[in-house]
Amino acid sequence: MDIVVCIKRVPAFGAQVPLTDDGLAVDTRHLGFTIGPHEECAVEEAVRLAAAHGGRVTVLTVGPEEAGEQLRYALAMGAHQGVLVDTGTTDLDPEATATAVLAGLADEPAPDLLLFGDASADAGHGQVGVRVALACGLPIVGGVTGIEAESGAVPENGAVAENGAVTENGATLRATRDTPGGTEVFGLSVPAAVAVKEGLNLPRYPTLPGRLKAKKAALRTVTCGPEPGGLRTLGLRRPADDRAGAIPLGRGADAAPAVVDVLAELGKV
Amino acid sequence: MQLIVVADGQVVPELPAVARSLASRDEPVEAVAFAGTGVPAGDVAGELGGYGVSRLHVVRHELLDEYGPEAWGSALATVIDWLGPAGVLASASHRDTEVLTHAAARAGLPLATNCVRLAGEEDGSGAWRLTRTRSGGVLLEDAELTAPVKLATVAAAVETPQVPLQPADCEVTESAVDVPPELARTRVAERVASETGLSLSTAPVVVSGGRGVGGAEGFVVLEELAERLGGVVGCSRVATNNGWRPHRDQVGLTGTKIAADLYIACGISGATQHWVGCMDSAAILAINTDPEAPMMQRATYAVEGDVHEVVPAVLAEIRRRADGAAGSGRSGVEEPAPAGSSRR
Repeated sequence: MDIVVCIKRVPAFGAQVPLTDDGLAVDTRHLGFTIGPHEECAVEEAVRLAAAHGGRVTVLTVGPEEAGEQLRYALAMGAHQGVLVDTGTTDLDPEATATAVLAGLADEPAPDLLLFGDASADAGHGQVGVRVALACGLPIVGGVTGIEAESGAVPENGAVAENGAVTENGATLRATRDTPGGTEVFGLSVPAAVAVKEGLNLPRYPTLPGRLKAKKAALRTVTCGPEPGGLRTLGLRRPADDRAGAIPLGRGADAAPAVVDVLAELGKV
Repeated sequence: MQLIVVADGQVVPELPAVARSLASRDEPVEAVAFAGTGVPAGDVAGELGGYGVSRLHVVRHELLDEYGPEAWGSALATVIDWLGPAGVLASASHRDTEVLTHAAARAGLPLATNCVRLAGEEDGSGAWRLTRTRSGGVLLEDAELTAPVKLATVAAAVETPQVPLQPADCEVTESAVDVPPELARTRVAERVASETGLSLSTAPVVVSGGRGVGGAEGFVVLEELAERLGGVVGCSRVATNNGWRPHRDQVGLTGTKIAADLYIACGISGATQHWVGCMDSAAILAINTDPEAPMMQRATYAVEGDVHEVVPAVLAEIRRRADGAAGSGRSGVEEPAPAGSSRR
């Protein structure tokens, strides 16, 4: 099962989110960067699926040259190759990001499975997976926290599986997700796209040999300057924080009576 | 026309007000629902009429009888094409957002999700000026949406515009719609109802643990405290990443966002990823050895100390007072501590 995983380079915030003086972006001069948590789970799942069913894992990202750092992290986790769509920035609107992802996919063999994170950890539009899948003619389900693959389960072309999925090349995926109304289960036949959420698995930490190998790996770079879409960012700001500062209730075990007083005031004991 | 999408059968009162504020004077506000929603169209129409929505379009197709993001999104894209609305609004619920996202992709239109403010551009361009949340609400993004049809999802925390809503007779119009047969591929094949009882997202009290809890066994006292307070246990990302708790217990940007009456953060530093998940709670009690931890600064109440000492002491105090109260009718039992006392 050949898999492409789309990941995003996002700032790793601490408790504060600094902004640039012009308010147009997060000031990342003193921040580290990471792969969004949902996407880290997508990489982990891809590596596991490829190990269990064969196939190659390609990680793809859209951003500046520095986003190669996140591709290398995914390679260190066990992905086989990386594609950097160099747009100079990660601050693109969802339509432009989807165009850039498609530019990166154009020269790759069509994957059996295209994985996304459910929404990026910074902008959080949650649209790129759906836009890309549609352009590729792939079914997509989002918010997925469980994937089970059955390879070769249905050999006949065009056979209808029990779950209603029309199977064409014999592999089906059972994708589950939690919604406020309960758990929803989808039967997908590959090729398909899935957007996943954290909780799908526990991503591994890269091994040292993995990191060393990833450091030397060649990344394929595609340059892309996508047309902007209809949603234009004018600026970022922090919401007003009207919290007054914490009321101290004491230290250690001695604080217990004051804590229980508060619990009583709130009607909880 | 401004069009409201009702994909999950829930009419969100803020939507008609926002739609009305975006509409020009004589422009109607109408709504669209799906025959497979499971809520009678008459009920939805009755509710919408109260908010001045004049028509409810109900779309029918056998593929819409069960939920499927692609089929429903495709049907909505068709309706948008038929009706040619100036704007399309949906709530930020899971299903509404998903249907609108699929419709936007199919119609080739931009979409602004999680908006907390929407207004027409004053220059008469027909564009919308909006504010949306980013990173779970820790940042606000001001943006401009320019499109022949403008699509947005509206967060629960939206600023509701003060516009008069004239109640209307909301007429129901049923229409058959074409849905490409291959979109059966993403219909829900099976459903498992959620467990009843308290869940993290609905519990009035959440007792959460992070790095300071130190391990899975450290959560035993948190469980006990949660049970005492009629709540459930939550945790930070550190706790799930260490395998101390399952991910379904995680409060935060990539876990569950909660709005409890009381949130008790035990040994949680309060990084942004976690803070955005609990910040909507009415009261927050932080217990941490580090008085400088962000959670200790931003909480409503703070106790400086080790979770392993503080939580058992709080439990002992609760038990002591409960025993005192239960025993106060009998003789020879210790008096309950007077409220507001602080024994040091």
